[in-house]
Amino acid sequence: MKILVCISHVPDTTSKINFINGDSEFDTNGVQFVINPNDEFGLTRAVWFQEQQGATVTVVNVGGPDTEPTLRKALAIGANEAIRVNAAPTDGFFVAKQLAEVIKQGNYDLVICGKESLDYNGGMVPGMIAGLLGYNFINSCIDVKIDGTSVKAIREIDGGKETSSTSLPLIIGGQKGLVEEKDLRIPNMRGIMTARTKALTVVEPIDANNSTKAVKFEKPTPKSAVKLVSADNLDELVSLLHNEAKVI
Amino acid sequence: MSLLIYAESAEGKFKKVAFELASYAKKVAESLGTTVTAVTVNASDVSELSKYGVDKVLKITNDKLATFNAKAYADAIKQAAQKEGAKVIVLSSTTDSIYLAPLVAVGLEAGFTSNVVGLPLSTSPFQVKRNAFSNKAFNITEISTDVKVLGLAKNSYGLVESNSNLTTEDFSPNLNDADFNVKVESVEKVSGKVTIADAEVVVSGGRGLKGPENWGLLEDLAAVLGAATACSKPVSDLGWRPHSEHVGQTGKPVATNLYIAIGISGAIQHIAGINSSKVKVVINSDPEAPFFKVADYGVVGDAFEIVPKLTQKLKEFKAQNS
Repeated sequence: MKILVCISHVPDTTSKINFINGDSEFDTNGVQFVINPNDEFGLTRAVWFQEQQGATVTVVNVGGPDTEPTLRKALAIGANEAIRVNAAPTDGFFVAKQLAEVIKQGNYDLVICGKESLDYNGGMVPGMIAGLLGYNFINSCIDVKIDGTSVKAIREIDGGKETSSTSLPLIIGGQKGLVEEKDLRIPNMRGIMTARTKALTVVEPIDANNSTKAVKFEKPTPKSAVKLVSADNLDELVSLLHNEAKVI
Repeated sequence: MSLLIYAESAEGKFKKVAFELASYAKKVAESLGTTVTAVTVNASDVSELSKYGVDKVLKITNDKLATFNAKAYADAIKQAAQKEGAKVIVLSSTTDSIYLAPLVAVGLEAGFTSNVVGLPLSTSPFQVKRNAFSNKAFNITEISTDVKVLGLAKNSYGLVESNSNLTTEDFSPNLNDADFNVKVESVEKVSGKVTIADAEVVVSGGRGLKGPENWGLLEDLAAVLGAATACSKPVSDLGWRPHSEHVGQTGKPVATNLYIAIGISGAIQHIAGINSSKVKVVINSDPEAPFFKVADYGVVGDAFEIVPKLTQKLKEFKAQNS
């Protein structure tokens, strides 16, 4: 089984979000970049398939040379090889077209993406790849089991979960549950050393138009200070929620 | 060239989000000088949509669509859009609609923007404001394609009534076998409990509650408010509560009218996930807890004393006001 894990290179979840150039660009100054958490759950599941079911795992990212440390980290966690599509990921449709091309070229059986990235939160790339290739698709996936070409998957739904059956080739929009938090791996020294010698192939993007463009960013207006209510005067809280906030 | 929405239903009845979508679409349609068409799947009574400005319903009734199937539903919505010559398609942010939206966009070669939080800032060029960076910022996005798909963020517009003369037309999209390659085998749903996705109020607990045995406190409060219960990441990692209740940046997003956080210090990731909620109340024994910085109302003190008292006060309030 050939698995492709699509990786987004995103600011660490604790990052301060600021913008530069007239609020048109994210300020990367002092920001630590990581593997998108939703993708990391998928990567760890892929490495499990590699160890338990003899799969090979390729990781791919659409991004500039500055994203290579993130790919190296994925290699150190256990992926066999990496591909970088040398283009700025400015639009979901554009990124999906690039990844669909990589998938066609490499004939992957299973493609695992995070259900969304924590920077643009578009949540569109896995579905778009599935649409472009006509492959089966499970979103918000919290469990996947593979036997030959048959697949059993569980996805989270509003208020519960849904089990379905399908077959490879398959695209997954994954999240926590594919593996648990405690199963995530911190690369060890041996992993880091071997990652240096694993192949990281750079490919040029195919021609594709952007369908959307981020024009500008805004930060939320600062909140007014909290109104503190004494623990002995909860009637006041009830009254504020009713008369002022009008939520009860 | 009307504007198309997919009005979601469950067991034949529209979800509230269908009416929010209709309200939003009506306003956008006005600015584009066009009408609103809703496509429905196995909804029994579509007349309610006329209260929120929908002009026309394309009503699909099909047993094969009895359980949700993203590809088949997306195919049906695509064909409805083509039939109507729709240039703008508006979808909600339920788990199902998030699932099918990118498939609709690819099918129509449309630019797609999710998490939209308000009416278009301009229609030519077409620009909308959306949540980004896990609610830590907004992003103004321009869609340049002829056909556009918008995903409206949860609870971001509200309901606006506007009566219309609704016409209904039965619609049978051509679905092929390949649409059904993913087969649903079973669905597990918590019954008799408000879900985080549908709740108007969410009551959430953190490590400050000291252990899973103390959750009754929180459930009592939730029961009075008709609220869903949720928890912080450490609580789900410790196995005190199921993952499905974990809210925050890597858990479920919450965009309710009222969010009550009990014994949660307010890590930046947690706040990112719940920040779209309109009113936030924080109960914490630590006056320095970062959560107070983003809260609307706060009570400093022992949750084990405050929460039962608050539950009692709310019971009295509800008794007087119902």
